Amino acid sequence: MINIFQISYKNLLRKKTRSVLTVLGIALAAWVLTSLLGFNRGYQNSLNKDIDNLGYQMLVTAKGCPYEAATLMLKGGTGLRYMNASIVDSIAAQPEVDAVTPMLMQAVFDPNKGESGGISAYLGVDPATFPRMKGTLAMKSGAWFSDPAAREAVLGYEAAELEQREVGDMLLIPELDVEITVVGVLDRTGTQDDGTIFMPLETVQEIFGQQGELTGIGIKVKSEADIAAFEERMYRLPDVQVVSLSQVKNTIMTLVSTAKVMVLSIAIIAVLIAVVGVVNTILMSVMERRQEIGILKAMGAKAGDIFKLIWLETVILCAAGGVVGSALAVVTAKFTEVFIRGVLPFTPSGGLVSIDWRLALLTLGLVTLIGILSGIYPSWKAGSVRPLETIRSEVE
Amino acid sequence: MNGSGAKSADRIAATAPAGVCPSITAERLVKTYRRGAESIHAVDGVSLAIAPGEFVAFIGPSGSGKTTLINILGCLDNPTSGRLELCGRRIFDEGIALGEAKLTDIRREMFGYVFQKFYLIPTLTVRENVMLPFVFWKKPGAEREVDRILALLGIENRGGHLPGEISGGEMQRVAIARALVNKPRILMADEPTGNLDVARSEEIAEILKDLNAREGLTIVLVTHNMALAKKAGRIIELRDGKLHTPA
Repeated sequence: MINIFQISYKNLLRKKTRSVLTVLGIALAAWVLTSLLGFNRGYQNSLNKDIDNLGYQMLVTAKGCPYEAATLMLKGGTGLRYMNASIVDSIAAQPEVDAVTPMLMQAVFDPNKGESGGISAYLGVDPATFPRMKGTLAMKSGAWFSDPAAREAVLGYEAAELEQREVGDMLLIPELDVEITVVGVLDRTGTQDDGTIFMPLETVQEIFGQQGELTGIGIKVKSEADIAAFEERMYRLPDVQVVSLSQVKNTIMTLVSTAKVMVLSIAIIAVLIAVVGVVNTILMSVMERRQEIGILKAMGAKAGDIFKLIWLETVILCAAGGVVGSALAVVTAKFTEVFIRGVLPFTPSGGLVSIDWRLALLTLGLVTLIGILSGIYPSWKAGSVRPLETIRSEVE
Repeated sequence: MNGSGAKSADRIAATAPAGVCPSITAERLVKTYRRGAESIHAVDGVSLAIAPGEFVAFIGPSGSGKTTLINILGCLDNPTSGRLELCGRRIFDEGIALGEAKLTDIRREMFGYVFQKFYLIPTLTVRENVMLPFVFWKKPGAEREVDRILALLGIENRGGHLPGEISGGEMQRVAIARALVNKPRILMADEPTGNLDVARSEEIAEILKDLNAREGLTIVLVTHNMALAKKAGRIIELRDGKLHTPA
């Protein structure tokens, strides 16, 4: 026995091209919406992960552009400005400070890196404080440095793969012609640490001729400390600037939220266009089938039956579009991520587009809800067709 | 146009076989359409009675009001004035009409409709098209009844075909089967052979005659086709909205 759902479904097959185009319109809107929601979640999660993995809540750098400092914190890179290492003691003496770790970032051009050469970054860290502060770093093999002035290196996971080095191998620093021994390789973290070559601070200062200079000082604040008051006091230090992680996070999220608002607007417009498309398709279908609807009413279908019949057609179109769009978003998530990385000025290291089955279901539910709402008018219009209209065209 | 000739025709046509409760009783039915300042009486004071099991054919030239009258008798349209009863139940009485929901119930319980166009849903099979009334009005034994009707109309071997795969005559048989499947008391057929050639028209005419004779179905027919009209037990002619049939 045929049921009303089968009739609705088969009705949609009458104009296959029109139905397919309508489903595609909804699918595109659902795809944009799912990808955007996935991006919203993925970006925030990755940024939080990047920041948490830093191990410190504040970074002191030489005075300069705060955005440069933020990039330094999150992406590495050489600070062009240096500050004197003597400041470390005065910061460590502050009552709110739990621990500090001084760092010196240096970089050289390596002609053998990649196809046309590239920059290799070396981060000088204090063996006494850095590993403790970065508790999330775990060794894949080997150990941290044997001596604060040893010519040794610990490679991030990707750096080890790129340099094709294992524990015990020698690593040549280009331009300087200095060889260092690889003593450890870190596990993958999914952050900028994966691509970093860590060396003892003193060694980097000596090799690069930057004795007594630092590019950054990481500060871990005590959990009970009044961070706002401490930040305020640190801002008053001469020749240095203090960047707090919450500040960095806010700055980045403000920059990104502008892009997100634009994409969200596009998604909403896409959804609205899809809704108009659905209403138009169903209304056209109702107009074309007025006589047929009249016949159905003449054979005993009530207004509610016709409403249900047409409304189901709308829901089927929207649900099909939602399924296709959500699936498309899952399948193309990697491409979307590559695209976003190319467009945004800063992106965290982890996954940027995080789409799981719950998000796909949420979008599907949302699109179906839109279908349910947008189907009301055409369905009501169809339900109000009078049986007599069936035969109007045949009145003598 | 209320001359004595017309009054006489009304009186004669209103006469149903004696001793039988009429299926349809109409008194002084008027249907007026307005076209700008002009009033057009599509049906003009028609009184008639149709008995159960009767086969009545309305004939007349185009614009004589046949379709308007059959629409009113079949509860698809309301008259402007007059009185209409179906098996003793008051449907319309001088401007007071039943509500749409009640009319829907009456239509689904009492009438089957066949039109010049077949109005079959092209994406549903013949069987599914015939089954349509049961989608909206669930009844036990629906499948069996569909089989019976398909066999009765000689299209049982066409059940799995789509309308586009069968001939015009078969499509009209499917439309008739769909009209009969919920066992109506009255079949309203408006130009059922209008889209068919002579041979197919003759087939449909025979089917209607058989249904009337064998199933006792009341049939009200509108046609231009005199060969079809002659199958009816009573022929009523309409002219300018009035009954014109001599005794």
